[in-house]
Amino acid sequence: MQIKTQRKGPVLIAKVTGELDHHSAKQFVKEMDKQLSDETVRELQLDFKGLTFMDSSGIGALLGRYKKLAGKKGKLTVKNMNRTVGRIFEMSGLSTVIKRVG
Amino acid sequence: MEKNQMSLEFSALSQNESFARVAVGSFFVQLNPTLEELADVKTAVSEAVTNCIVHAYGEQGGVIRIECAMDGDTMEIRIVDYGVGIADVEKAMRPFYTSQPGEERSGMGFTVMQSFMDGLTVKSQLGRGTTVSMVKKVASAAAPAADEAADERENAAG
Repeated sequence: MQIKTQRKGPVLIAKVTGELDHHSAKQFVKEMDKQLSDETVRELQLDFKGLTFMDSSGIGALLGRYKKLAGKKGKLTVKNMNRTVGRIFEMSGLSTVIKRVG
Repeated sequence: MEKNQMSLEFSALSQNESFARVAVGSFFVQLNPTLEELADVKTAVSEAVTNCIVHAYGEQGGVIRIECAMDGDTMEIRIVDYGVGIADVEKAMRPFYTSQPGEERSGMGFTVMQSFMDGLTVKSQLGRGTTVSMVKKVASAAAPAADEAADERENAAG
């Protein structure tokens, strides 16, 4: 699992590729929280193009990041999920708090 | 005729989660699944194996055993651990229930297994371990049988 990040003002864009499971979730959380601890980050845009797999551990990691952002009234969106990743995302009910854009 | 089967034992380490998915997936491919059916099986295996690593062995390591057997258009998968066991299986299987609320666990593992597979049973003994059994039936496995019937007709005619 690889993350490439980019800042555009208050927005943090994170392109995540590979597989997001229990094993890689640890690295995902560590890297994302390092960036999210920056007070000037107000929004996280996740781009999942190239993310080939996600299970409920990935869902747990996303929910944790959402809670961190919500704590500072931040926003979290996700885009470019493939069909299998999208299915588990919808199943989890995360779409009620994380907006799917494109 | 004997069922086509395999079994696999490996260390309960998170770096083996991907290996477990690929191993079961590549055995399952013999049933000619659709991409979606294959993804379903790999995801369900990932959930069960993660449960062994996180809960059965508390991330302290142990052994996970996977057994797969094919029967016609169906594959049965058993994921076995020799860990702490589940005191209340019914409670553990409730959607969003997790025994580790502080750890960012979604509590969805069993729900995913139930949704993506065609059957799920969980047997456990405290202090002895847990066996998760799941079944997946492929829609497309009818194709080989149709070919055999066509071959028979050709042989009879010729």
